[in-house]
Amino acid sequence: MAENQQNIIDLRNIVVTFDDELVLKGINLSIKDKEFVTLLGPSGCGKTTTLRIIAGFVTPDEGDVIFEGKRINDVPPYKRQVNTIFQRYALFPHLNVYENIAFGLRIKKTPEKEIKQKVNEMLELVNLREFQKRNVNSLSGGQQQRVAIARALINRPKVLLLDEPLAALDLKLRKEMQIELMKIQKSLGITFVYVTHDQEEALTMSDTVVVMNQGEIQQIGTPEDIYNEPKNAFVADFIGESNIFHGIMLEDKLVNIQNHVFRCVDTGFKHNEPIDAVIRPEDVRIHEPEEGDITGRVESVIFKGVHYEIVVNVNNFKWLIHTTKYQEPGDEVGLSVYPQDIHIMKKSRVKKYSDDDSPSINEEEL
Amino acid sequence: MYKKVASLPYLIWMLIFIIVPLLFVAYYAFTTPNGSFTFDNIIQVKEHIYVLFRSIWLGLVATFVCLLLGYPMGYIIANSTNSKQRTMVLLTMLPMWMNFLLRTYAWMTILENNGILNSFLELIGIGKVRIINTSGAVVLGMVYNFIPFMIMPIYSIMTKIDKRIIEAAEDLGANRVQVFYRIILPLSLPGVISGITMVFVPAVSTFVISRMLGGGELLIGDVIEMQFLGSTYNPYMGAALALVLMVLVFICMAVMNEFDDGESEAIMI
Ligand SMILES: Nc1ncnc2c1ncn2[C@@H]1O[C@H](COP(=O)(O)OP(=O)(O)O)[C@@H](O)[C@H]1O
Ligand SMILES: [Mg+2]
Repeated sequence: MAENQQNIIDLRNIVVTFDDELVLKGINLSIKDKEFVTLLGPSGCGKTTTLRIIAGFVTPDEGDVIFEGKRINDVPPYKRQVNTIFQRYALFPHLNVYENIAFGLRIKKTPEKEIKQKVNEMLELVNLREFQKRNVNSLSGGQQQRVAIARALINRPKVLLLDEPLAALDLKLRKEMQIELMKIQKSLGITFVYVTHDQEEALTMSDTVVVMNQGEIQQIGTPEDIYNEPKNAFVADFIGESNIFHGIMLEDKLVNIQNHVFRCVDTGFKHNEPIDAVIRPEDVRIHEPEEGDITGRVESVIFKGVHYEIVVNVNNFKWLIHTTKYQEPGDEVGLSVYPQDIHIMKKSRVKKYSDDDSPSINEEEL
Repeated sequence: MYKKVASLPYLIWMLIFIIVPLLFVAYYAFTTPNGSFTFDNIIQVKEHIYVLFRSIWLGLVATFVCLLLGYPMGYIIANSTNSKQRTMVLLTMLPMWMNFLLRTYAWMTILENNGILNSFLELIGIGKVRIINTSGAVVLGMVYNFIPFMIMPIYSIMTKIDKRIIEAAEDLGANRVQVFYRIILPLSLPGVISGITMVFVPAVSTFVISRMLGGGELLIGDVIEMQFLGSTYNPYMGAALALVLMVLVFICMAVMNEFDDGESEAIMI
């Protein structure tokens, strides 16, 4: 029980089914007070459903939802101390900007003077002062987003749930809003549970990233952990571009990849255990053919601004490599990798990779 | 440019079937049988002033009852599962597939002094009640005939209310009652207004219902009908009556819209 004291939310073994389809398959997640937690995963993996469990719009078939140590499975949404920023905002179309933001206070029968003061504070916070009398339908996407933020924050919730809040904005605005949201989170000291399918957004903004797939949590960790030590092939693939190999662990710190023995740093696997090995594109070094560990032929070179994206064919497996040095397509090159840059993972339970010798990411890239 | 061309057939339709007949009505209302201009017809309308106001009054009562019954109906239908929705909409519309006169005859046999309803009331010991040939029976007939026009626009606007907006209100702390008064009611007002219009206008100008259920007492619709088909054939008078009725209905609708606006603002504050 002692550990619950600092957790504001605990999800314990949450199971949800919709129309006989298992949507969440036993979610266990603890969220600390004032933490910025991001649920990251492909569309349809159950992120929104997880948020709706916390908000109270979905009741789990099994498991407990704990808020500050108390089970709240049966508490209706309007009694929970969490507020939500909905996907595509869901602003009240019949109310103007001011009244949208004031809604939560009016419900609580707050005195008019206090409403005025707090709404003005919020208008200030989200930079919408001169828009307060405007109809919400006449606002741009970015402005509607700000109204949604102010409306959700005016109740001073302990937890703010955000469901892909920036997905509808263009890239530049999205970057600005990311920074703004992080600032708001820090300055108000509110726990954020943030949903996105954009891995870059997740890594930039969060204290903790929760990677989900098909209704299951794949990995929970800091952005650095998730990026540097992906726990399985799915996480490695989803977090940035990767080369994922099927390999055999020969003994501690020795792995066979593509019929070549590489040194690595991982220990504790069985003798000849099949594993997934992940090598990031920026960790592959290119040499003269005779100097590398293995050799292949350059298939394509694309200039990406900061670096070149090069594909090297080694025995029909296409290595994706990021380098700042130009290579000539058709040339023979040698490749090498430092031991610490080879990430060995237990075989993933995700089917996609289990009996396919060339991971799909490589095919998609070409 | 394209839009103009596309709307042309509609404009022609409106011209032939709406504007031209209205012009005819206006022309006849101010004309004597030998073709000269006159105000006499309009002045003569005062002979029927009692019937006119009784019609408007009964129309208002019927509209109000339709709203009272139709609003919850529309709400319930809109919040049912899809298959139930279809069944309920069908049931709402079903009576309209039957001839108007037949429906009203059916009510006659139900409401008669020795009809089905009174037999039943006698059976359970309440005794006979005089229903037929009262204003109440006329209102009942109007409500029965026109309530689909109230339910349908309300149902239709309710289905258009985004569920996420209701969730957003709950998320901000609104309970069911607050969600209703602050979200559902104001967002459904346009449906209420079109429902009121669609019931009130035909109810005011209805004919036959009062003659059959109201003990032969006439409403303005019956009087107008008589000017064209009955023994008192006088289309000039009929046109004048129709014109005056139209203006009065117009004024009523304007007043009601005003009232609804005020109400919706009161809710928001
Ligand atoms: N109300 C619902 N009824 C039936 N299926 C649903 C419902 N909500 C979500 N689902 C299904 O649950 C799965 C997870 O959905 P969701 O949580 O919205 O995913 P995400 O937000 O990660 O894209 C999807 O397969 C979706 O089709
Ligand atoms: Mg979603």
